[in-house]
Amino acid sequence: MAAAELNLVNDTLVLPAPLPLDGGQSLERVEIAYETIGTLNADRSNAILLFHALTMDQHVVSAHPKTGKPGWWSKSVGPGKVIDTSRFYVICANVLGGCMGSTGPASPHADGKPWGMRFPVITIRDMVRAQVALLDAMGIDKVHAVIGGSMGGMQALSFAANWPERTGAALVIASTARHSAQNIAFHEVGRQAIMADPKWEGGDYYGAGKGPEDGLAVARMAAHITYLSEAGLTDKFGRRLQDRSAKTFGFDADFQVESYLRHQGLSFTDRFDANSYLYITRAMDYFDLAEEHGGRLASAFATSKARFCLISFDTDWLYPTAESRTIAHALNASGAPVSFVELSAPFGHDSFLLDVPAQDRVIAGFLNQ
Amino acid sequence: MSLFTPPVTFGLRPDLAIIATKVKVGSRVLDVGCGDGSLMEALKEQMGCDARGMELDPLGVAACVAKGLSVMQGDADTDLADYPDAAFDYAILSQTLQTTKRPDKVLDELLRVGRKAFVSFPNFAHWKVRASLLWNGRMPVTRLLPIAWYETPNIHHVTVRDFRELVADRGYRIEGQWFLSGDRQTSPAAANWRAEHAVFLLSR
Repeated sequence: MAAAELNLVNDTLVLPAPLPLDGGQSLERVEIAYETIGTLNADRSNAILLFHALTMDQHVVSAHPKTGKPGWWSKSVGPGKVIDTSRFYVICANVLGGCMGSTGPASPHADGKPWGMRFPVITIRDMVRAQVALLDAMGIDKVHAVIGGSMGGMQALSFAANWPERTGAALVIASTARHSAQNIAFHEVGRQAIMADPKWEGGDYYGAGKGPEDGLAVARMAAHITYLSEAGLTDKFGRRLQDRSAKTFGFDADFQVESYLRHQGLSFTDRFDANSYLYITRAMDYFDLAEEHGGRLASAFATSKARFCLISFDTDWLYPTAESRTIAHALNASGAPVSFVELSAPFGHDSFLLDVPAQDRVIAGFLNQ
Repeated sequence: MSLFTPPVTFGLRPDLAIIATKVKVGSRVLDVGCGDGSLMEALKEQMGCDARGMELDPLGVAACVAKGLSVMQGDADTDLADYPDAAFDYAILSQTLQTTKRPDKVLDELLRVGRKAFVSFPNFAHWKVRASLLWNGRMPVTRLLPIAWYETPNIHHVTVRDFRELVADRGYRIEGQWFLSGDRQTSPAAANWRAEHAVFLLSR
């Protein structure tokens, strides 16, 4: 599809004011790289703010500049698609702490060298605050909806809870209102893999060649398992061997699933910064929306006027249905209009990015109100 | 013979049309087992109600969301517990009571979360059901109960008399009752023989 039809723009904004952070610091001259698809209408009321997940970025529709692969939700966003950009103006920004153009640990510090581990620890709310500043700069007071899956869903919840007057609706897919011990545990495995790589150099590896690619690859491999279902893995790989007829009695990738994970790990290092991975996973682990609101999740939505829709998947064991149900109950208790549905899909947590027609119907129906 | 034809049906199934026309304008309603949301839609659009729904089937929930309705996927047997007391003016359970594991407990929950409750169900004591059982000696398969015993979701068949007794046992009040035969309302006289379908409005 031609860029003209999509009305696709990629740009970077330098925030005009310092960005205050939950950790107490503030960041000067924060850059936010973003993509917009569609056209903002005259009264600036048709914007949808789309939040990306942990390892994605602002390239929702446009080809990824490093991999050349289609945008991560190009299936669902575009003219006539589920999120119809002939009607809506979709905005997606690379999160604060990211590595695709927004300010993060690889960005230059005031001293000219990369921030590295000097970068402040950020939160999901900090990421959202940066994107609210982007909306301010664009002159958009209120969006039609905020949408996000996984970590994007956390941002959508944070946005609706902390800036309740600025969205009419929130669509939260395969997400959670807080990271569980198991979620934190998996992230910690990934972080330790990175930090155990001698090439990590305390985070000061920029300009030194390859950086902690082995550690980052292992982090990605561990995380990737959590995005898939056991049945999905069994279906795709089973115990099949990789390009060989018998086990080698060695430690090569005998099994297809090993080969697949190694490939996932390696290809990830081509497009992601290891320090960004540390900071973003930390932000996710710190996320607990109830804790931010006096320990009661319903209080988070006390002043919200938005409509909510929550979608979970029956094979998602990373953020299982119970997490979405907890959020839905809190919203019900606070009197917000809320729908919740658990959809059946075989792909585990990643289902939200894949072909699930029932999800398309729910999203389109919810947005077209 | 029909004593009364509801003036408005909103294109709804007859038991739902009765409920829709009896609900007070602008009330807060929970439709438990709301299916594709057609009753909620009528209540919202025609009666100005704040209608919420609960539905077990994800396809039903998807259909509701596509209509702009607020629906939670959930099970009447377990998930009403998540709603606070008297959160709704009405709780509605249409053609679902007989599919629940514990109809008595579901009834209690309906009248806990709703100040009033509409309950509709197929009457297992309708003469056709009785005749079918009497003459064939087999579990009846009728228009309103079209599925064989081994695969029917209707695991707790109930009659008008059974239901009235349950309501009395629990100390609830019957505020209204309507009966259907085919698509038409019938007399409450001998309803336990003559009604294929019953609609009750209850209060605590």
